[in-house]
Amino acid sequence: MGDFFNHWLTRNCITLFGFALLGWVLWNGSHHERWQRAWQRFRADRAGMISLVIVGMYLFIGALEVIRVPDGKGGNRSLVDVAFAGRIPSEKTYSAPMATQLLSSVTPTPLAGRHLFGTDALGKDVLVETLKGCSTALIIGGLTSAIYIPLGTLAGLMAGYFRRRVDDVIQYIYSTLAAIPQILLLIAIIMVLDKGLGQMAVALGVTGWVGLCRLIRGETMRQSERTYVMAARALGQSHWQIISRHLLPNVMHLVIINAVLGFSGVVLAEATLGYLGVGSPVGTPSWGNMIDGGRSELSRDPLVWWNLAAAAAALFVLVLSLNLLADSLRRAFDPKRS
Amino acid sequence: MLSYILRRLLYAVPILLGVLVITFVLFRGLQKPDTIAKLALGQKAPTHALAAFKAKHHLDRPLPEQFGLYLKGVATLDFGESWKTGRSISETFIAGLAPTLLITVPGFICGIIAALGLALYQVFVRHSRVDRAMTLVCVGLMSVPTIVYIIVCQAILALQFNYFPAFGFEFRGLETAKFLILPVGILAVVNLGYDGRMFRAVFLEEIAQDYVRTALAKGVGNMQVLTRHVMKNGLIAIITLTVGQLPALIMGSLLIESFFGIPGLGNQLFLAIQQGDQPVVMACVFLGALLYLFALMLTDVLYAFADPRIRLS
Repeated sequence: MGDFFNHWLTRNCITLFGFALLGWVLWNGSHHERWQRAWQRFRADRAGMISLVIVGMYLFIGALEVIRVPDGKGGNRSLVDVAFAGRIPSEKTYSAPMATQLLSSVTPTPLAGRHLFGTDALGKDVLVETLKGCSTALIIGGLTSAIYIPLGTLAGLMAGYFRRRVDDVIQYIYSTLAAIPQILLLIAIIMVLDKGLGQMAVALGVTGWVGLCRLIRGETMRQSERTYVMAARALGQSHWQIISRHLLPNVMHLVIINAVLGFSGVVLAEATLGYLGVGSPVGTPSWGNMIDGGRSELSRDPLVWWNLAAAAAALFVLVLSLNLLADSLRRAFDPKRS
Repeated sequence: MLSYILRRLLYAVPILLGVLVITFVLFRGLQKPDTIAKLALGQKAPTHALAAFKAKHHLDRPLPEQFGLYLKGVATLDFGESWKTGRSISETFIAGLAPTLLITVPGFICGIIAALGLALYQVFVRHSRVDRAMTLVCVGLMSVPTIVYIIVCQAILALQFNYFPAFGFEFRGLETAKFLILPVGILAVVNLGYDGRMFRAVFLEEIAQDYVRTALAKGVGNMQVLTRHVMKNGLIAIITLTVGQLPALIMGSLLIESFFGIPGLGNQLFLAIQQGDQPVVMACVFLGALLYLFALMLTDVLYAFADPRIRLS
């Protein structure tokens, strides 16, 4: 299994499929009048546009790291590796940003090159490692969304549309899941499934759909009262047609806003899980691992702060942009509130 | 009121049962007894030690029997003994309660008061440049992982400048506060961004209502309208938001206690996770669920107090 998912062709296919899916949803939405009006409002929103561009850049860099090409030695390497190959020398161990020699060596050891953000314990360039960390955020965020969005949307639509028994069952399931402290549920699931990015995404997906389901359920209940649903029913459309053709397009903007917020939540969660020992596997270039490593580096003498600072700054800018993007989307779709 | 509370307690029973089933399936049903024993004893533990461990803790029994034992333990509120220390879990939890409450309760209250003040001020200067800047700061506060707050505060304030002890906790009368300031401060700041934004949204919605215009028109001062009218009417939404956060405090105190070496519930849970001490983790899941259901009920009861129009029936 692991070999199959690590093969460069599989990775590339999954990545392309993910982006295609995102494009398809946006393409479908672009035909709806509500979305077109929202886009016009969104374009006038400077903060929203800037954060959209920043998030897009992160996704692009992440995709460059996820997409692999064979390296001719039976393995594979990422496009980021290809871009930096031979340009950035690696050192023996820590060196400060823009330093000319290694940190804390008894005899001054000159570096092979300058490093904008310094180097880490293994002598790798921190800037390159930080850029590579985008891929972990992209993988976990993408896979988690692929799990929890269909699950939460469908469950919410069904609970809100059919009500009665269906609603009771779905409500019972999500109340039970919500009652368990999320972090403990995450840890338990990861302990069962073993460590790994995919497993982490499954755990985050299984625990994350509750909020979305609750939101969609409420909105579906409100929409079901509207005349267009009644008209569709009077025309003899099946339940499935009403849900997929009429209700889904009318709650889809909530799904998109929630997905953007969910992405930021997942990136934050990855940082915490790293500290609890159930985060990204060792050796994965992830901000969570870098921040966790920074914990011990801050008590070294001389202080090593650049590893933590670079990872935390990269994470902060991404999460901030996602939060601002979600705000702008909400304003664009629902200008009366806020 | 009483019958309402009783009915809610009855509703809670199936959810608690569901929580117990999920916990049991995740911790026992889906993990092989060998894996569980190895997590607790270490990967290189000899076979006979593993076998003895499994026999001692009934891990070799059939699953339904194990589940029965587990249910019996929970029903009598006896969570058994820790696999690591051999001490009764209930006793260690009670011992850890005081430090945890000393951190979470002041942290929670400080955070809410700060967020209320911030939101009221923002509504006071609404749609101005200051308001927008403060909203941006709130979003910024939300975008920093808790763990970064803790690492950076500990490294700068405690290790570099020695303002506060970086680690440890002792009961020493007033001096206890020295150990508490940093954890409490961090806990208050962690939720400040989110709470501030939510409260602001609540107040903004209230301020657009007709009764506010009436009050302003009849000459009530701006400050009075905010504190008397707007805050009172926004209370319901604020109660939902804040009480709903109670269970999430577990998470916050888990990180903070383990970082600052405070011997509370969060720290015990953190150690249990690290050492594969399953009974402790399972007991924490149950307590967390209880707390969640309690918070839900508390929300409804507080509703009725905040708004006389709501009748609990």
